[in-house]
Amino acid sequence: MGEKVKKIVKTIKVNLDECNGCRTCEMVCASFHAKPRYSNSNPNRSRIRVVIDERAGVWVPIRATDYTKAECDGRRTYTIKGREYSECSFCGTICPARDLFKEPDSGLPLKCDMCESDPALEEPMCVQACGLNCLTYEEEEVWVEAEEQVKPAEIELSLKSLVDKYGMGKLADIVARMSQKG
Amino acid sequence: MRYAETGYNLEVDLTTGNIERVETDPELVELHLGGHGTAARIIWERVPPEVKPFDPENLLIFSAGLLEGTSAPGANRTIINCISPVTNYLAHSMMGGYFGPELKMAGYDKIIFRGKSPKLIYLWIHNDKVEIRDASHLRGVGAQRTAEMIREELGDPRIQVASIGLAGENRVYTASIEHSHSSASRGPAPVMGDKNIKAIAVRGTKDVNVFNAEKLFEMSFNSLKSVAKNPNVGDWMAYTWDDSFHHDNFSWGNSRVRRKGYWSAELQERWKQLTKRLLNRKTGCYNCLKECKLSIQHPGQPAYGAKCFSKISWHMCSFDELDFSWEILAVAQEYGLDNFSTPQTIALAVELYDNGILTDEDMPDFPENSKERFYYLLEKIVRREGIGDILANGSYAAARQIGRGAEAYEHNTIKKFEQLPLKLGKVNFPYFLMFSTGEKINITQIQGSYPQDPLRNPEKRQKFCDGWVAAPERFKKFYMEWEPRTDPSMEASCHICDWNETMHYIDDAVGTCAFLSSFRGQFGGKPAYHIYNFPKYINAATGLNLDSDDVWQIARRNRNLVRAINVGRGMRRADEKPPEDHWKVRLPEQEQELLSMYYKFKGWTDDGIPTKPTLDKLDLGFVADELIRRGILTGEETNVYEETTTLPAPTDEQLEAALYSASEKVRMAQGGG
Ligand code: SF4
Ligand code: SF4
Repeated sequence: MGEKVKKIVKTIKVNLDECNGCRTCEMVCASFHAKPRYSNSNPNRSRIRVVIDERAGVWVPIRATDYTKAECDGRRTYTIKGREYSECSFCGTICPARDLFKEPDSGLPLKCDMCESDPALEEPMCVQACGLNCLTYEEEEVWVEAEEQVKPAEIELSLKSLVDKYGMGKLADIVARMSQKG
Repeated sequence: MRYAETGYNLEVDLTTGNIERVETDPELVELHLGGHGTAARIIWERVPPEVKPFDPENLLIFSAGLLEGTSAPGANRTIINCISPVTNYLAHSMMGGYFGPELKMAGYDKIIFRGKSPKLIYLWIHNDKVEIRDASHLRGVGAQRTAEMIREELGDPRIQVASIGLAGENRVYTASIEHSHSSASRGPAPVMGDKNIKAIAVRGTKDVNVFNAEKLFEMSFNSLKSVAKNPNVGDWMAYTWDDSFHHDNFSWGNSRVRRKGYWSAELQERWKQLTKRLLNRKTGCYNCLKECKLSIQHPGQPAYGAKCFSKISWHMCSFDELDFSWEILAVAQEYGLDNFSTPQTIALAVELYDNGILTDEDMPDFPENSKERFYYLLEKIVRREGIGDILANGSYAAARQIGRGAEAYEHNTIKKFEQLPLKLGKVNFPYFLMFSTGEKINITQIQGSYPQDPLRNPEKRQKFCDGWVAAPERFKKFYMEWEPRTDPSMEASCHICDWNETMHYIDDAVGTCAFLSSFRGQFGGKPAYHIYNFPKYINAATGLNLDSDDVWQIARRNRNLVRAINVGRGMRRADEKPPEDHWKVRLPEQEQELLSMYYKFKGWTDDGIPTKPTLDKLDLGFVADELIRRGILTGEETNVYEETTTLPAPTDEQLEAALYSASEKVRMAQGGG
């Protein structure tokens, strides 16, 4: 057993019954993450998106959370009110194999960072914007194994899946560009 | 770089299949803002009065308003214009949802259709890729189901679809264009059907450039939060349990029967339980935290959207109960039928039958039961079968086609267009003007900035005025002078009508929802948008340096342009009258005096035609020249409107205080990022 350390886990709870499908959360998320900040309000750049299926009566906000392996085994389908959805419709994970959370220009995956910024926000933007209390910000203290914090193998795996998808050249270009911007 | 607008329209020639992306003139934004304003300009220039609604030369224009695709809250209306087969005037139609912003993000301000497709098609717009696709497999398919099928076919659930059902395909005049539980009626759906367009599918992923994005975002974000808390905006009537107001005051059936005291506690509880059982949730439109639509779902059926008016129209027309509305709405929306005019036309047919004007010969096997009668006629109308072929032309035309005295039963239209079944005691001056002279030919598209009644207590009235940020000073004066149970003065009435229509014209140009703006100023006096903050949004979005008076002037320009289109098509003073039996007490002489006064105030002739000096002053000299060329004006008319001013304007602090209190201020992260 490794050493345990205290960690704050930030999360956003979703009360599906309250969502009106306005996609305001998408708009503010995109705006907050735009460079320069607030320079566009394009929901296609959002790290949260609302899956809407009006005829099935489905409104589900989902966030792009942690990276996962390219080859996830989530091939299940869910039936909600008589209609089938692939697991991917609701999985908040950034999967390099699917299109839900991608920058529209570069095709690069998007990830929710809880609006981390300096100065820090009291709550992520989507939570602040959703005046219908569908989204609630929560912080929880948890004890985790110390070594769990750094997982080089997982980073490598994620990168490899990106290389598989986009090629080493494109990835290297982007890493170079990102490191120049600092 | 163009800001707020994309600067491109999509021109689709359905006859040849040619599609072009056409750059627009930036000056048009300064003149008309966009949306309904620029669409009217295009119709004026390209659709002369000789063109009939079903001619290939009639244009069908889908516009996204100027502020759409930006962070401005509730800027999501899709405005749809063409020459309407119902009236032969400019159709004014729009819908909420997500279509307009998506179109903007695809890179277009408007889609302009001309010609007629030889076969049923749908248009697929994916950013720069635009194609006409075969829709023969969608013929007769329900409007919402069509959207679902197109999304599946093209493999993207984020595609926004506007489609017609069987009613639109069959050119039913009361058909509607359906999109995401929103709908657009009042004329364009039959034109869409006539042009053989089943649907438009759009997916856009581009940014919309704005002039000062940070400023715009800050205003928008604070407004969004304020809107969520503001009880006076949005459409609370869609989900209020106590709906005694409509049921006790509006007329039932063929807008003839008032049922005072219909509402009861028992009824309310029963309807509440029924609705709760069927209600999925309340929903809204793009970038707006209000919940104006009800997602209703019968077990085993697809869900559909209901709005405040559709919730009551069907059962009130059929003298039934709410369960009938919840039931028939699912059917009507799949057919793509408007829930305002259609039930009233069916109620007219029932009344004609009950009075022996329509007979069993016209309606073989006509059922006894009211509900069944409605379904019977609904099916006939969407297919244009038998009597349905006549009723499909709407109440006004149907009554005249039927003849035999049917006209006397058709008493709820203005300029051939169905009205809200209001019934009032004495004529009300501002309402007389709004009903009679409105270019949009429907009261709900005109009223809303000014309260409908004065508060009895003068102190309370004063308090209302003190907090009434949306109102230019003169309206506060008129309001203070307005004694309960009297009409406002004729002078005040002209101004009130003018203000009400002005705010709607701005909404329709920038694409903001009337429930956040022009329709909601009358309650609480603090709508999200008003004449004082519109310029700030427009400035931040476009960089145009306008003040409130400039924005008012643009609305006036758009209003006169639309008037000129309709005047060119024959509209005159004689057409400007409210429905026959709308008010119990009529004051014919005073009404005419008021009408003359209003025309004068607007800078129009005594026949309601904008004069050359008026049009010149509005930079519409070319419109005047054409009206003179056509012999509609002589050019000698001298009447011209007087400028009214919105000054003094509230300070920024007062505007902000009206939005949210200091303690509620939102902290935004600055810089970096
Ligand atoms: S802002 Fe809230 S209500 Fe609107 S879509 Fe997002 S989660 Fe739903
Ligand atoms: S106020 Fe209501 S109708 Fe208007 S945009 Fe918001 S949700 Fe839609």
